[in-house]
Amino acid sequence: MTDSDGPAETVERVSGSGIPVRGNDIDTDQIIPARFMKVVTFDGLGQFSFFDQRFDDDDNEKDHPMNEDRFRDASVMVVNANFGCGSSREHAPQALVRWGIDAIIGESFAEIFAGNCLALGVPTVTGDAETVEAIQDWVDEHPDGDIDVDVAAETVTYGDTTVDVTVDDAQRKALVEGVWDTTALMKANAGEVEKTAASLPYVDTA
Amino acid sequence: MSGGTLYDKVWDRHAVTELPTGQTQLFVGLHLIHEVTSPQAFGMLEERDMEVAYPELTHATVDHIVPTADQSRPYADDAAERMMAELEENVHDAGIEFSDPESGNQGIVHVIGPEQGLTQPGKTIVCGDSHTSTHGAFGALAFGIGTSQIRDVLATGTIAMEKKDVRKIEVTGELPDGVGAKDVILEIIRRLGTDGGVGYVYEYAGGAIESLDMEGRMSICNMSIEGGARAGYVNPDETTYEWLQETEYFREHPEKFDELKPYWESIRSDDDAEYDDVVTIDGSELEPVVTWGTTPGQGVGVTQPIPAPEDLPADKADTARRAQEHMRVEPGETMDGYPIDVAFLGSCTNARLPDLRRAAGIVEGREVHPDVRAMVVPGSQRVARAAEEEGLRETFEAAGFDWRNAGCSMCLGMNEDQLEGDEACASSSNRNFVGRQGSKDGRTVLMNPRMVAAAAVEGEVTDVRDLETAEVVADD
Repeated sequence: MTDSDGPAETVERVSGSGIPVRGNDIDTDQIIPARFMKVVTFDGLGQFSFFDQRFDDDDNEKDHPMNEDRFRDASVMVVNANFGCGSSREHAPQALVRWGIDAIIGESFAEIFAGNCLALGVPTVTGDAETVEAIQDWVDEHPDGDIDVDVAAETVTYGDTTVDVTVDDAQRKALVEGVWDTTALMKANAGEVEKTAASLPYVDTA
Repeated sequence: MSGGTLYDKVWDRHAVTELPTGQTQLFVGLHLIHEVTSPQAFGMLEERDMEVAYPELTHATVDHIVPTADQSRPYADDAAERMMAELEENVHDAGIEFSDPESGNQGIVHVIGPEQGLTQPGKTIVCGDSHTSTHGAFGALAFGIGTSQIRDVLATGTIAMEKKDVRKIEVTGELPDGVGAKDVILEIIRRLGTDGGVGYVYEYAGGAIESLDMEGRMSICNMSIEGGARAGYVNPDETTYEWLQETEYFREHPEKFDELKPYWESIRSDDDAEYDDVVTIDGSELEPVVTWGTTPGQGVGVTQPIPAPEDLPADKADTARRAQEHMRVEPGETMDGYPIDVAFLGSCTNARLPDLRRAAGIVEGREVHPDVRAMVVPGSQRVARAAEEEGLRETFEAAGFDWRNAGCSMCLGMNEDQLEGDEACASSSNRNFVGRQGSKDGRTVLMNPRMVAAAAVEGEVTDVRDLETAEVVADD
């Protein structure tokens, strides 16, 4: 790589047990309520993932897969349509990552959320409704079973089943080639950036 | 050869190079920052020993956590004070201009950018806030980004992006009396869905859009993200230019206006531009739209029956059922008459001067219902001052509204302005998600500002067309 940070990691595949979080249109206010964003770092956000779905007003646990012991070691979350809609808060994927999530399989993702996941090296792979529901059902039956998300091959394997999924082209390239940390990559083009800036009528170049 | 869209043209002018991922490295013309999503990005920069590449193209304000009642420092909320102090230090160290409360220019980031003339046609504008799409009203390409991307922009002045498709949404005809921009966008989201815009940028066009003022266009572009589209825009026209000419920046730099106008004209979508999709909506058939559920797509005309979950597409039925349980509404009923406890007039969607004027026209000569607590949170200090000069504050206060300082406030409940328990709120904001306004049992009904005013005085969701409007304002 181009930077003293050393080579970025590649994320070719993610393996681990799963956790199904069902429902369409799960927004980032549900994933992390705004009151937990009054922080200046992302540390410690994991415990607040889906907080209001997991706890009532008296902090008693409610029914939620994240409260179930059998899913406590999960690293692959399986969700439905339009997951992560709403706010741009990176706190949402940051909280999930800190809870232990390394990859998310879903029917579809909100764009900003998926972009935020990519910035953290977390693949967001998509399959049709039937495919995703079958994985969710399987995870329910096999909470300890491994799910293998192969980003390069665009497949998900669980038990004896392998299904095709879709990984956005740029996301796949970025993860597989380890170029998902774009800062260093883009910093290296500073000269070109200057030229673009100078070509724009509204940018005052000294 | 067919022409290009505004999106194509602005994209091409800002494309630096293609990255190995196939993404484009896109130059950012204006980076707006606030206290909630930027501190971690500055932290990442420090870890890597990097500086802010273009501080002169960056502008900061404080809006999400700022108290709207007592703003004396230190803030009563320690966490809020810490975030504010962190932002102050970061912008000071980096030499970034800061519209803080002392400047008299503070406000919601999507209100202050336009009013200071920072938002201009043909700019690429980003901010760590999904409602950055607002700035598209000026023909800018504007979208929300996450904190790691804020780091990218701070460090490089650029962002890695993939090009999207463009869907033209043509709203034809003339909007009926009592129907405003907010109703148009709620109807668009109702029809196309909360994820209908994923993969698209929305171009809003047609007679009903062109006849809107800039504030109305901002309300529409603002909620593009609620329809899944990360960006939405309106081609700049005379309405845009006249508005810009009135901003302080262009009043002080009229030569800049003349210099930039040809560029603004050049990036308009060509008449023969090709679109990936076109949707047409007859604006003359709309009525005030309110939400009955817990996503912005769950809307309905105020006199129309709330749909039965089983009549909706299969993938929407479950969400609808849960939403109706949460909101305690029944299919077949109308939202007209739904009792409310709180009226919130504010947010980056609807807290600009014309929004307040329109609401004041309903409030004038009436009183807030005794069971309702009602508040006005102006979008910025400048909006507040202008409204006070026009006597709007007096109108609202005389009616029993609480008049507060500028900020995001009860749109997302990060400061003390929150719903309590299962309160129902008539809100001019943009999201009715469960828990959004600070209470997980709270119930939000989204609507236009005049409808919020009507609900405040009647104590229930009310068809504003049934109320007489006082003379203080022109109609929508």
